[in-house]
Amino acid sequence: MINYFKEIFAGLWTLLVGLKLTARYAVAPTVTCHYPYQTLPITPNFRGHTDLVIDPETASDKCIVCMMCENTCPSQCIEVIGEKPEGSKKKVLTAYRLDFTKCSLCGNCVEVCPTSALEYSGDYQLAGYSRHEFHFELLERLRGRVKAQGIVPRPKPAPPEGGAEAEAKPRKVRPKAEEAPAASLEPKGEEAPKAEAKPGE
Amino acid sequence: MIPKADPSQETLVLNMGPQHPATHGVLRIVLKLDGEYVLQAIPVIGYGHRMHEKMAEVRTYPGFYANVGRMDYAGALSFGHGHVLAVERLAGIEVPPRAEYIRVITTELNRIASHLLWFGACLLDLGAFTPILYSFDDREYCLDLLEHVTGARITFSYFRIGGVSRDLDDHFIEGTKEFIKRLRGRFDTYDKLVTGNIIFRKRNEDVGVISRDMALKYGATGPVIRGSGVPYDVRRAEPYSLYPEFDFEIPTRPEGDSMARYLVRMAEMEQSLRIVEQALARLPEGPVMAKVPKKLKVGPGDTVQAVEAARGQLDYYLVGDGTDKPYRLKIRPPSYSNLSLLQELAEGVLLSDLVAIGGSLDLVIPEIDR
Repeated sequence: MINYFKEIFAGLWTLLVGLKLTARYAVAPTVTCHYPYQTLPITPNFRGHTDLVIDPETASDKCIVCMMCENTCPSQCIEVIGEKPEGSKKKVLTAYRLDFTKCSLCGNCVEVCPTSALEYSGDYQLAGYSRHEFHFELLERLRGRVKAQGIVPRPKPAPPEGGAEAEAKPRKVRPKAEEAPAASLEPKGEEAPKAEAKPGE
Repeated sequence: MIPKADPSQETLVLNMGPQHPATHGVLRIVLKLDGEYVLQAIPVIGYGHRMHEKMAEVRTYPGFYANVGRMDYAGALSFGHGHVLAVERLAGIEVPPRAEYIRVITTELNRIASHLLWFGACLLDLGAFTPILYSFDDREYCLDLLEHVTGARITFSYFRIGGVSRDLDDHFIEGTKEFIKRLRGRFDTYDKLVTGNIIFRKRNEDVGVISRDMALKYGATGPVIRGSGVPYDVRRAEPYSLYPEFDFEIPTRPEGDSMARYLVRMAEMEQSLRIVEQALARLPEGPVMAKVPKKLKVGPGDTVQAVEAARGQLDYYLVGDGTDKPYRLKIRPPSYSNLSLLQELAEGVLLSDLVAIGGSLDLVIPEIDR
């Protein structure tokens, strides 16, 4: 009989402990974010859908149409279309289609891009009424952003001295030099791990 | 077999799920009830099957990596850890020490986030709504940290074969130290609110008792087997990554009931905090990616890699045939064997106890269905 009442009072006590705690939180400042009216700051590292990087030199994309992203994508959701203008050696991007309904957000395309032409957009408010709203044309988006932000091409000023030019040139040559299996290139080989580590940063 | 209704007997066949909030996903449990008592409970799985194992065979090793996080949406990093370790072992890739430390830190944080989700969801099953708000407050903090370093909140896709995709920064390290301090203070709140609560204790003590032999017979792992008194943890039994270097305990309880599993998980969160603390203190400088060939070819050969996921032992059996795609990848997730216990546990219990048992097993259905 005593145990019966003991249990009742012990039970009541644990309930009161819990209620006290809840009461304390009831008057504490709220932690809820009232979403459409308030938004939380998102991290700059947020991995949203991909977007083309604006090249400040040309106020256009940096893509060289090497198809690395399209080939790496495990979901086959990227379509890169480029063409060679007459008299030019390089291909020019004409369309970059991203089917975001298929994308698995792995980020392989951004990491594999040799010219860092892709970035993650911080776009998280994605909702739509049909699938077609998630077929992004990234080149069009880029042109829209360039127009909206009023970005004008800022070509790199020509280097005033020969010394600076000489410094800039080997950087472009280096990838070729690495490929050549020459024994004399050993000191340059030391820099290779740095270049490898770059996508991981 | 699924029981049929028999009008001559006063039994009722009831489908719990696949859209029931207490089944934690698309799990259907066919119940044969006599009043409030469960005579038989048969789990029916397969509603969320997405052929991940087959997809591994048609995708490259780095290409498949994004899939493994989808199997366990609560503790995605452990699944990623097992996959990259298996591929690295077979391909003979050495991972830089900083990357290994980062993997341990993020995986343990993810384990805490997973246990916090379980804490909230398990109590929500029992009808307690307040704890989920508190635990989600802490979990948000944890996920914000992981989002800052990985870029995503749930499907992290953070590890890479040969390292991790992004280095830690000061914001993450400072935030993690703050989080450790904060969560240690919150355990006291949880204890007051839940552990000592009379209703919670009455609903969990001596409910769903799994004996030591039964747990071993069914191949249960993780907090389920540790709640039955078996100190089995892959981090100690088959050490991988840097776990032998850290000082932590394997919490066990001898009772084997739902309450024991609850207490084991709560103690595990504290141990995970200890591991994160030690790893942060020893974090070395250096690169976070090893040199990996662009077209990674693995094998020929096979390997088994076991890791301790939030719900128990997770095995990857990988057969490489020298190409850039695996010949076979078999995944043995922890929830499958834990779910198989349910049928035996459910016989003769009250329907409300079945919900408590299901909550204490911490099932994540997509990892069963893959």
